[in-house]
Amino acid sequence: MAANTIFFMIFSLVAIISGFVMITRRHPLSAALSLVVTFISLAGLYGLLAAKLLFIIQILVYAGAIMTLVIFSIMLLNVQEEDLPAEERIIERVSITTLILLPMIYIIGRSFTVIKDGQFPEVSQDFGTIHSVGMFLFTTYSFPFEVISILLLISLLGVVVLAKRRI
Amino acid sequence: MEVLVQLYTAILSLIPFEPVRNAINMLVPTLAIASMVLGIVFILIWWERRLIAFVQARLGPNRLGPGGIFQSFADALKVMLKEDIVTADADVILFTIAPILVFVPGLLVYSLVPVGNGMIVSNVNVAIFLFLAISSITTLGILMAGWSSNNKYSLMGGIRAVAQAISYEIPLLLSIVGVIMLAGSLSMVDIVQSQNVWNIVRQPLGFIIFFICSLSEVNRIPFDLPEAESELVSGYNTEYSGFKFAMFFLAEYINTFTLGALCTTLFFGGWRFPFDNLLGDIGLQLTAQLGIVWFILKTMFFFSVVVWIRGTLPRVRTDQLMAFAWKYLLPAALLNIFVTSIFAAIGFGVFSR
Repeated sequence: MAANTIFFMIFSLVAIISGFVMITRRHPLSAALSLVVTFISLAGLYGLLAAKLLFIIQILVYAGAIMTLVIFSIMLLNVQEEDLPAEERIIERVSITTLILLPMIYIIGRSFTVIKDGQFPEVSQDFGTIHSVGMFLFTTYSFPFEVISILLLISLLGVVVLAKRRI
Repeated sequence: MEVLVQLYTAILSLIPFEPVRNAINMLVPTLAIASMVLGIVFILIWWERRLIAFVQARLGPNRLGPGGIFQSFADALKVMLKEDIVTADADVILFTIAPILVFVPGLLVYSLVPVGNGMIVSNVNVAIFLFLAISSITTLGILMAGWSSNNKYSLMGGIRAVAQAISYEIPLLLSIVGVIMLAGSLSMVDIVQSQNVWNIVRQPLGFIIFFICSLSEVNRIPFDLPEAESELVSGYNTEYSGFKFAMFFLAEYINTFTLGALCTTLFFGGWRFPFDNLLGDIGLQLTAQLGIVWFILKTMFFFSVVVWIRGTLPRVRTDQLMAFAWKYLLPAALLNIFVTSIFAAIGFGVFSR
């Protein structure tokens, strides 16, 4: 077995397990920390694809910035065990959700049988490197890129205006 | 020093099997740089204590060894023999992981810093980005330490550390953009090689912003609010003792040394001898053969500046801290990018590539 396959298995196993831990933990902080582990193992998967920029962005933005903010707000509120809402009738809820999601399981199961090995082309050499992402952002997708940056600027200003308003 | 690199390459080529050779080629530089950094840290601790004593007209540790240089080794031995206390209400798993999460990224980033001509563990072409991504993990470790201690001072320290780190990371990232534009590359080696004129001449404003922000990122005075002893006992590491505390302590010194290393690499020509391209053959030889010496000397200079600042300035207030980052540093960094991009596009004087 190639080293790549072993690393792929390790990263995906860690991602799945920590994702499961994230939805089963009761305390929000434990959930958030397991989400960090999921993000870092996803970054590892990008790293296996030699997508250096995606790997870095995944760690810098998701694990580094966004999750730090999430954990920061959890800590700032200092949620205690008794503050958490009581989770009643957990078995009924889980079983109803499973029933709703059953068609999804069928689709996932079919994808295993339909898709065979070698049907996907390999990713190109410069997938997710800084050069290719930059070329995409400033040529093909330059208009959506600018629109998104203006949108983010507006939301940033909106937050400042709302937070600074004298009530 | 280039002789060392050549010797190492020659020995490496003697090893027959390629997987073994690759494995050794991964291990040896990594261990070399890790032991170099950890060795320097012991000297840094002693140097800071001596220098701060000099600033405050004291003597500092001068008993153990010549000039007291073995003091930090004695302290390390003492801290390893101490009892490792975990408080009753602490979250044991997070409490244990936190110091590791703070310590490991600090050491890991040295695999991306070129310490000499051709002396780099991995020359990634997006090194600066990767550097900042890895060091941003440290914040999570500090948060974990503050929360898992289950102590209000630790929690306050952790919250302050994160608020500060997030605010100052933005101008920090933006102040590097000018350097990247002038070098035309994100690789640290390319950035050093592009500095025929040191970047401090081309990016004075960028350097000032970078230096202030990185001082804040490593929680040194005047930005050491997360561990302000007059308000928060010792901040996020209040409950730590023994070797776990030592890891926080070492991480702080490693990070301060990293600050110096980044200042050197990005703004002061890295491993290059001053004006080596003007001195002709002698300058180029000095750069090629003794690169690591110049690198360490420059980095030590910036470390000493940090200590000097510690001895001189009082701590800032929290509201001043935040207002300074958002109202002054961020617009200044944006202005720096704007002006630099205009000059780089025209190719005016020293800005020409």
